[in-house]
Amino acid sequence: MAPLDVDRLRGDFPALHQDVNGHPLVYLDNAATSQKPVQVLDAVRRYYEADNANVHRGIHELSRRATEAYEGARNRVAGFLGTDDPAEVIWTRGTTEGINLVAASWGGENLGPGDEILLSEMEHHSNLVPWQLVARRTGATLRYLDVSDEGTLNLDQMDEILSGGRVRLAALTHISNALGTINPIREIADRVHAAGALLLVDGAQGAAHGPVDVAALGADFYAFSGHKLCGPTGIGALWGRRELLEAMPPYMGGGEMISIVERDMSTWAPLPHTFEAGTPNISGAVGLAAALDYLEGVGPAAILAHEQALVAYALEQLRPMPGIRLFGPEDPGARAGVVSFLLGDAHPHDISTILDSSGVAIRAGHHCTQLLMRRYGVAATARASFYLYNTRDEVDRLVTSLETVRTIFA
Amino acid sequence: MTTDVPLTSLYQDLILDHYRKPRNRGTLPDATVEVHVRNPTCGDEIRLQLLLEDGVIADLRFEGEGCSISQASASMMTSLIRGKPLPDALALGSRFTEMMHADADAATDGSLRDLRALAGVARFPVRVRCALLGFDALREAARQSAGEAP
Ligand SMILES: Cc1ncc(COP(=O)(O)O)c(C=O)c1O
Repeated sequence: MAPLDVDRLRGDFPALHQDVNGHPLVYLDNAATSQKPVQVLDAVRRYYEADNANVHRGIHELSRRATEAYEGARNRVAGFLGTDDPAEVIWTRGTTEGINLVAASWGGENLGPGDEILLSEMEHHSNLVPWQLVARRTGATLRYLDVSDEGTLNLDQMDEILSGGRVRLAALTHISNALGTINPIREIADRVHAAGALLLVDGAQGAAHGPVDVAALGADFYAFSGHKLCGPTGIGALWGRRELLEAMPPYMGGGEMISIVERDMSTWAPLPHTFEAGTPNISGAVGLAAALDYLEGVGPAAILAHEQALVAYALEQLRPMPGIRLFGPEDPGARAGVVSFLLGDAHPHDISTILDSSGVAIRAGHHCTQLLMRRYGVAATARASFYLYNTRDEVDRLVTSLETVRTIFA
Repeated sequence: MTTDVPLTSLYQDLILDHYRKPRNRGTLPDATVEVHVRNPTCGDEIRLQLLLEDGVIADLRFEGEGCSISQASASMMTSLIRGKPLPDALALGSRFTEMMHADADAATDGSLRDLRALAGVARFPVRVRCALLGFDALREAARQSAGEAP
């Protein structure tokens, strides 16, 4: 696999080329959201300039083009996820909406008292709270997998919980946004299926930071967001196995999702439109498809390898730093481009302010993973997260700025 | 290191001193008011307990978790307002809030004592809320003790 031509790639991202607080921007907050290449910005602009209309309802030419762009984008997502059935791809606002859709629709229909939903301590609030809501509504119980000191899931414990025979669905993240851990989804899927349960994979990070093949992963549902993988905000997709989606009631009612409307009841449009009430985010879908084209042009496997090389380099620089506490797997090969850390008694917000004053953007906080923070006995961490356009020089800038933190908090 | 806004204006020794050795930290068993405030965007929190006697802050304690700015500011506030009538303490809070909005007069107002070390925070707009968290707690405590719904 050829290494990335990062210099050339950086040329595609206008936002990277600016000074922040008098220094060239070093953008290391990619786990929160990625920057956008001109290819995506142009696709969105072209769509509005040339083809803009509502979808699936006009007979005129622009509506035909808009519908074609929108459905073409859906095909593109299907291809990206390794499925050949675009009707299994539901447009959403993002990962959060995809998970809420499954929790409310599948969960509302299939869960009851005594049933269990299996989660883990490393889940993002987006993959916790929707299950809490449906558990409260249906009387189902939430079970949690522990996270090890190194930031991995305990599969023996998982077998133990599954052996109780009550788990109906496991909802687990592909890659942890707070630790970078890449979970062994295939192994997990096999165990979950052997216990007669389903597996929803939170792909917010997984889809952005490496290749995804939903069949090879063994997922039953896979949710992701466009904005984390070079696409626009406000668009994402939920993939689900056709027979599961077909048996699920609609999530929202409105235009687009119906077949025949009567006074008291209506019939639903077939998949995927059952779950797409209202005028969708058409330009977002177009932008997301352009982002997927871009990523596949670069190569998802090469992107992951690039991130892992940056993580390895960063860990090498950070490990010897006095007062550093690093989170996540020691082996850079077991994680994606995320480095969470603490430094001495400097609070992560202070670290972030000091770094920002030299143009280095990181995230400080609980990363929407309060259960994980509690697991490690901390309120927050500082997190640097890498993407295809980050460089070793930028890691050096991070390390140099951390020296400033050490000086101030000496 | 050169930056547009000097970090030294933010992280003065006095701030780090209050951060590491917070004054009036702990709990107050005979408190008459107790509040818990939280900055939802960053998770910083402060629990403030007051012992009010005839409208005077006879004693107080705080506990908290958060960045150096929020915790140092709360510590400085507690040393400043201990023994003062509640209305005077609230007036100092208003003065401090003016300072956080870059009011130059407020920044040199001796009545704010150690809190003046936080004047530099005004130049870091995203951190102003951190600095105000302690006085947010005080205002909340005043509302409670006045019997208003929080
Ligand atoms: C692991 C994980 N799950 C879910 C989400 C939620 O994604 P979104 O806010 O795009 O819906 C995120 C992103 O913040 C994430 O990192």
